[in-house]
Amino acid sequence: MTRYFTNEHEWVDVDGTAATVGVTDYAQGQLGDVVFVELPPVGKALAKGKEAAVVESVKAASDVYTPVSGTVTAANAALEAEPALVNTAADTGGWFFKLTLSDPTELDGLMDEAAYQAFVATL
Amino acid sequence: MSVPEPADAELLLPLDALHRALGARMVPFAGYAMPIQYDGIIAEHQWTREHAGLFDVSHMGQLELPLGSDLALEALLPGDITGLREGVLRYSLLLDASGGILDDLMVTRRADDLYLVVNGAVKHADIALLRGAGIDVRYRDDLALLALQGPAAARVLAAHAPGVADLRFMRAAAFTLLGQPAWISRSGYTGEDGFEISVAADSVEAVARALLADAEVRPVGLGARDSLRLEAGLPLYGHDLTPTINPVEAGLSFAISKRRKVEGGFPGAGIVLRDLLHGSARRRVGLRIDGRQPVREGAHIVENGVAVGEVTSGGFGPALGRPIAMAYVPAALAADGTRLQIDVRGRLLDATVVPMPFFPKSYVREGAPR
Repeated sequence: MTRYFTNEHEWVDVDGTAATVGVTDYAQGQLGDVVFVELPPVGKALAKGKEAAVVESVKAASDVYTPVSGTVTAANAALEAEPALVNTAADTGGWFFKLTLSDPTELDGLMDEAAYQAFVATL
Repeated sequence: MSVPEPADAELLLPLDALHRALGARMVPFAGYAMPIQYDGIIAEHQWTREHAGLFDVSHMGQLELPLGSDLALEALLPGDITGLREGVLRYSLLLDASGGILDDLMVTRRADDLYLVVNGAVKHADIALLRGAGIDVRYRDDLALLALQGPAAARVLAAHAPGVADLRFMRAAAFTLLGQPAWISRSGYTGEDGFEISVAADSVEAVARALLADAEVRPVGLGARDSLRLEAGLPLYGHDLTPTINPVEAGLSFAISKRRKVEGGFPGAGIVLRDLLHGSARRRVGLRIDGRQPVREGAHIVENGVAVGEVTSGGFGPALGRPIAMAYVPAALAADGTRLQIDVRGRLLDATVVPMPFFPKSYVREGAPR
């Protein structure tokens, strides 16, 4: 499994054509306390770079974009009961949704961990 | 994910370096770089409700008006200023010719002047308005303003300024704080007991550090200030109060003093007093939102597919553990218990009109034991 990153602070774990999407620890720190996450329904087709989910902190709502195109296969039900998982486990249990990749070549435009950390260091 | 972009070219607060040393995230607000949070909004909110939070509100405008300005000031707002006793605060509203709210503010009579605290974002417009009315305003930008709010506030502040615990809600007096003169009122914007402390900008860091040295005091940013005031049902200027809203619509009729209701003579008095008599067509209400999803400013209240009202403040109430909001709705939908629907990105969320405050206030009012 390989993890890729976007400059919009999403991560995507890829295993074949199965992908899991979340936001980075840097992103959750910027958001502050997360109180609600609106997730896409299973079966929905998502296009790379488009709004896929909404994460609501105490203060504001922020869009989450999908790093790659595909069809949603699962949404993280744990976030309904415990939205703060985005804060406490952004890299792991706070994942947002899973999808089946429709165009694996889209991964070529994403960053690896080292490139992402270098990018965050510039912010 | 969309992360808000920081802006630049902001003024710095007198406590800017302290905020950064305390780990604050700074954001632009009212032309200043201001701390939005330190540890996190929910933790700071709850700390204030349970202990004491220290807020830097030095962006607000502190103005001194000479004695004898009473009538000129009364021509701009619906409060009774001539009847205001020394050491008493009065909440009031600067109004335009239509009764629209230009700002909300506190007026205190002191021995040598009238002391006004106005909102930071509109303070220069307020000063221009007051000066245009012939009032010789002294803008005290050499002063800083702190708020210490929460159940521990009186104990903590009394250790440095003996006697402050004898003040009652909406009362103020001069004190000595760390050897420096301070003007302290028992007031605030959180719904908690607490104080607002005006001191010279060049001594505010020593005051802030002395208060923060108490284990029950933590710094609190703008984020929790907003969630605290929302739970307390207190409107925010520029959001819940604007020039298109009059005091009756805003549910602030208490700010129209008894004598002024009879005499009028303030901007927009015809419209405001008519609404006071007959009821306004729309009203500010509190909304309890079903479920966990917050609604935000700008979301529409819909009835049969038509927008009939608008959310002006909305968020998550940390002490309530649920989303709450303020909105303007037609009078027919303003009664407590009315069920409404709010359009959030195309989905309709159910909500109920509820009385405000959402969270009970803890003011120490006149008549409370000393």
